[in-house]
Amino acid sequence: MPKLPATRSEAVFADAKPAYTPVQALTEANRCLYCADAPCVQACPTAINIPEFIRKIATGNLRGSARTIFDANIFGMSCARVCPVEVLCVGKCVYNEMDVPPIQIGKLQRYATDAAYADGERFAEAGPDTGKKVALLGGGPASLAAAHELRRQGHACTIFEQGDRLGGLSSSGVAPYKMKADRALEEVEWVLGIGGVELRCGVRVGVDVTVDQLLADFDAVFIGVGLGPDRLFHLDGAELAGIRGAVDWIAEMKTAKVPCEGIQRAIVIGGGNTAVDAVRELLGLGIPEVTMAYRGGEDEMSGYEHEWAAAKVAGARAAFRVQPIAYEGEEGAVRAVRMLRLDAARRPLPGTEHSMPAELVLLAIGQSRLGELFAGVQGVTLDHGKVVVDHDGATQHPKIFAGGDCANGGKEVVNAVAEGKRAAQAIDRLLRGGKAS
Amino acid sequence: MSTKISPDLTANCAGIVTPNPFWLASAPPTNSGDQIMRAFDAGWGGAVWKTLGQPIQNVSSRFGGLHYRGTRGIGFNNIELITDRPLETNLREIAEVKRRYPKHGVIVSLMVETREEWKDLIKRSIDAGADGLELNFGCPHGMCERGMGSAVGQEPRLNETITAWAAEYSTVPVLVKLTPNVDDIVPHGIAAKRGGADGVSLINTIKSIIGVNIDRMVPEPRVASRSTNGGYCGPAVKPIALHMVGALAREESFGLPISGIGGISNWRDAVEFILLGASSVQVCTEVMLRGYRVVEDMIEGLTEYMREHGFERLDQMIGRAVPGFSEWGDLDLNYETVAKIDPVSCIGCQACVVACHDGAHQCIHPPKEGRVPVVDESECVGCNLCQIVCPVPGCITMAEVDNGFEPATWNEFCAGEATLRPKKGVHE
Ligand SMILES: Cc1cc2nc3c(=O)[nH]c(=O)nc-3n(C[C@H](O)[C@H](O)[C@H](O)COP(=O)(O)OP(=O)(O)OC[C@H]3O[C@@H](n4cnc5c(N)ncnc54)[C@H](O)[C@@H]3O)c2cc1C
Ligand SMILES: Cc1cc2nc3c(=O)[nH]c(=O)nc-3n(C[C@H](O)[C@H](O)[C@H](O)COP(=O)(O)O)c2cc1C
Ligand code: SF4
Repeated sequence: MPKLPATRSEAVFADAKPAYTPVQALTEANRCLYCADAPCVQACPTAINIPEFIRKIATGNLRGSARTIFDANIFGMSCARVCPVEVLCVGKCVYNEMDVPPIQIGKLQRYATDAAYADGERFAEAGPDTGKKVALLGGGPASLAAAHELRRQGHACTIFEQGDRLGGLSSSGVAPYKMKADRALEEVEWVLGIGGVELRCGVRVGVDVTVDQLLADFDAVFIGVGLGPDRLFHLDGAELAGIRGAVDWIAEMKTAKVPCEGIQRAIVIGGGNTAVDAVRELLGLGIPEVTMAYRGGEDEMSGYEHEWAAAKVAGARAAFRVQPIAYEGEEGAVRAVRMLRLDAARRPLPGTEHSMPAELVLLAIGQSRLGELFAGVQGVTLDHGKVVVDHDGATQHPKIFAGGDCANGGKEVVNAVAEGKRAAQAIDRLLRGGKAS
Repeated sequence: MSTKISPDLTANCAGIVTPNPFWLASAPPTNSGDQIMRAFDAGWGGAVWKTLGQPIQNVSSRFGGLHYRGTRGIGFNNIELITDRPLETNLREIAEVKRRYPKHGVIVSLMVETREEWKDLIKRSIDAGADGLELNFGCPHGMCERGMGSAVGQEPRLNETITAWAAEYSTVPVLVKLTPNVDDIVPHGIAAKRGGADGVSLINTIKSIIGVNIDRMVPEPRVASRSTNGGYCGPAVKPIALHMVGALAREESFGLPISGIGGISNWRDAVEFILLGASSVQVCTEVMLRGYRVVEDMIEGLTEYMREHGFERLDQMIGRAVPGFSEWGDLDLNYETVAKIDPVSCIGCQACVVACHDGAHQCIHPPKEGRVPVVDESECVGCNLCQIVCPVPGCITMAEVDNGFEPATWNEFCAGEATLRPKKGVHE
C-alpha cells in the first residue's frame, strides 16, 4: 500500500477524545457495575463482553481485556475511537438511568486495545488449511472482518480492491479527530497479520473481473463493496470549481492535501453525519465561516445530536429549511449558492430566493449505491440498490454473501464488522458441507 | 510479547486433582447441582458442596453488607446455617454432577454431631461420588450454639477426635475447614493433622456484627426485632486469611496442603494465597456478589502471571512467599527507606502532609512555594503512610538509603552481635 504523506491535511487534527492515562482508566474501570445481561453489550453490534473487558482492566489483566474485545470484534481498536458510543453502548449504560455519568466504554476499549497494539500482541491464529477459497470484493471493514474470521477457520482468502489502499472508509472517511488514516492502515496490517489473505489491489470488480468469473474460481464470494460516490445536484453551475462531493473531499483531506487558501466561507449541504463531520473538519482546517445548509429543521437532522452539538461548539453555523437551486461563479469557480427557503413540509416558499456566498461547496446528500454492479448476477436481488441478505449475510445465490454498507445501506464500521464476521461464519458452515443458514 | 509457555493450571490439593485451583467455597453458590454445573461450565475447577448435615431452618434476612465510601460490599456477613435441602436430594445431585463432570472436583462439606452420623454421612457422600470431604469446623453462628461448627474448631481435642473418625471412615482425601475465631491458628491445624486430615481449608467466616441500624437501634442483619452475630467474609477479611494461611504454611511441624479461602475477589488475590502456601483457593463472596463469570479473569490472570514469571506448573509457585514471612525479631533494623515525592506527578493535595503530621512523624512539610510537599529525609522513618494515602500511583516512592550499617536484627542485637543505626523521627 502506498505510504501516506506526512503533510496531508488531516495531520493537524488532535483527538477529540484523548487516550486515558493508567490512573484515568483504572478509576473509570472500577466504576463499572459489571452488569449481567448488560444493556451495553446488547447495544454493541459485535456484542463485545464489555463488563468483562472492563473488569479485566480493573484487575490488571490488560492482555486478557484486549483478548475479550478482539475475540468479538477484530476492529476493536478503531471501533473504540470511531463508534458513535453515545448512541450505542455508552448510551445504554445503566448509570444513565440514575443520572450518573455513564461509563466511557470507548475510551476504556481504546486503552486496552492500544496496549495490545503497542505490545505487538495478536490473539487469533489461522486455522488449519481447509483447501477452500473465498473471494472478498472490496477491501473495507466488512471484507477484512470476514477475511479474518475465514482465516481463523482455515479458508484461503483473496481480497479484490479497486483502490490502492485497504480499509475502505475506515481509512478514507472517518473524521481525523476520531482516527487518522495511518492508524486505520496500521489496523489493516494488524488484522491481515493472521496471514493467508491475498490482496489484489487496483482490481475493479465488474470491470476488470466479473462476479461470474470469481464464482468459477472460488468456493464462495463475499460482497463488501460499500457505497458508491457522492450524490450530486445537477444544477446550473454544477461544473464550477469548488463544488465537490463531501466523501470525496474528506478522502482527499485524509490522504493528501486539500487546498484551503482563499477560502473564507464554505457551505456543506446536507444534515447527516457526513455533513456534520465535514463542517467540523473545515473548521478544524481553519476555514473562518462554515455553514451547514439543510432542507429540514434542526430536529430532523439525521446526524447524531452529540456530533452536531460538538460542531456548534467548534463554531458551525447552520441554515435550516433551505434548498440549493443553482450555483453562482466567477472565472469558473464557485462564489455562491442560490438558495430557496422551504416550509416545514419541505415545500418551496415562493419569493425566498437568496444567495449564500461560498468559495467551497461540499455535497453531503448521500452516497450512491453500487448494487447495479450485481444486477445481472443470478440469485442476487437488490432493494433500492442494497444487496438483499438474510441475518447471516446470505443472498439467494448459495455461494454469494454480502455485508457492510452495500447491504445495510450505510451504517457504521461496527455494523460492517459484525456483518462481515457473521457472513464468514455462514460461509464456513457452507464450506464445511453444512447448510449456510 | 508474551513468552510461549502455556502454563498448566492443574491443581492438586491434598490429592484432590482439579483442572485449575479455583474452587467455589461451601456456601450458597454451591447449594445445588444445577448451580455447580453452571459454575463448572463457567470455568470453576472444583466446588465444595454447601455443608450437608441435619437439614435446618433458616431465618429471613440472612446477609449484611459493609459499604465504604461508595464501594459496596467490601465486607459481607451472614447468619445462615448449613444446607436446608433434604440429604437425599443433595446426594442425588452430587452423583449427577460427578457423572456429568468427572474431571471437576466435587468436595462435600459435612457437619454432624455423633460418630454414627459422621460414619453414615461420609459413606453416603463417597458413594455419591465425592472426590474429597471437607469437615466444617468453622461456622461461627447458629451451628456453634448446637455444639458444631466453630464449637469444634475452637477445641483442638474435639477437632482431632472428629477428624480421626473421618479419616477412619473416608476413602477419599479429608480436608478440615478451620475457623479463624481462635487466637493462634497453628495448634488447630496441628490438631487436624494429628487426627489424620489430608489437608486444611481456611478461613471460614469471622464472628462479627456487620453494623447497627441507628434508627431502630438493632444490629444488622435484622430478623424482626433482633439480630445475632454473623460470619464475616469478603475482601475485608483477606489480610486475616492470608496471615492464617501463611502461619500454617511456614510451620515446620504442620506440612499439610492448604486450600486458601477468604476475600479472594480476583486473580491477584488468588496468586497471593498460592504464594503464601495454598494449593487451591476457594471463593464465596465475590461469586455471591458478581456471579460465576468472575472465574474467567481469575484463570486468565493467573495464566498470564505464570507466563510472565516463567512458572510452567502451579507447584512451582506454591509457597514462594513463605520464606519471606518471618518473625519481627528477624527483620533487619538497619534497613532504611525514605519517602521521595515526584514533583512532576504530584497534584498538590497535601494528603501526605496531614497524614505524616497527624499520623506519623511530622517529616513532610508544606512547601514555601507551590504545592509539592517537602520530605525531611533526616527525620523520615520510612513508614509508608504517605505512600498509602497518596492518590497518584507512583508519585511517592520509598527509596532505599545506604546508611553504611550492616544488616542487624533485634534478635542479633539482643545476642550482642549487632550495632543499630540511630533512630529517626523521635523529635527528642
Ligand atoms: C464521511 C464518513 C465518515 C464516517 N465516519 C464514521 C465513524 O466515525 N464511525 C463509524 O463507525 N463509521 C463511520 N462511517 C461509516 C463507515 O466508514 C462505513 O460504515 C464502513 O466503512 C463500511 O464498511 P464497508 O466495508 O461496508 O465499506 P467501505 O468502507 O466503503 O469499503 C468498501 C471498499 O470496497 C471498494 N470497492 C467498491 N467498489 C468496488 C469494486 N467494484 N471492486 C473492488 N473494490 C470496490 C472500495 O474502494 C472500498 O475500499 C463514515 C462514513 C463516511 C462516509
Ligand atoms: C452466606 C454464606 C454461607 C456460608 N455457608 C457456609 C457453609 O455452609 N459451610 C462452610 O463451610 N462455609 C460457609 N460459608 C463460609 C464460606 O465458605 C467462606 O469460608 C467464607 O465466606 C470466606 O470466603 P469469602 O471471603 O470468599 O466469602 C458461608 C459464607 C457465606 C457468606
Ligand atoms: S436475592 Fe433473591 S432470595 Fe434474596 S432477597 Fe433478593 S430476590 Fe429474595
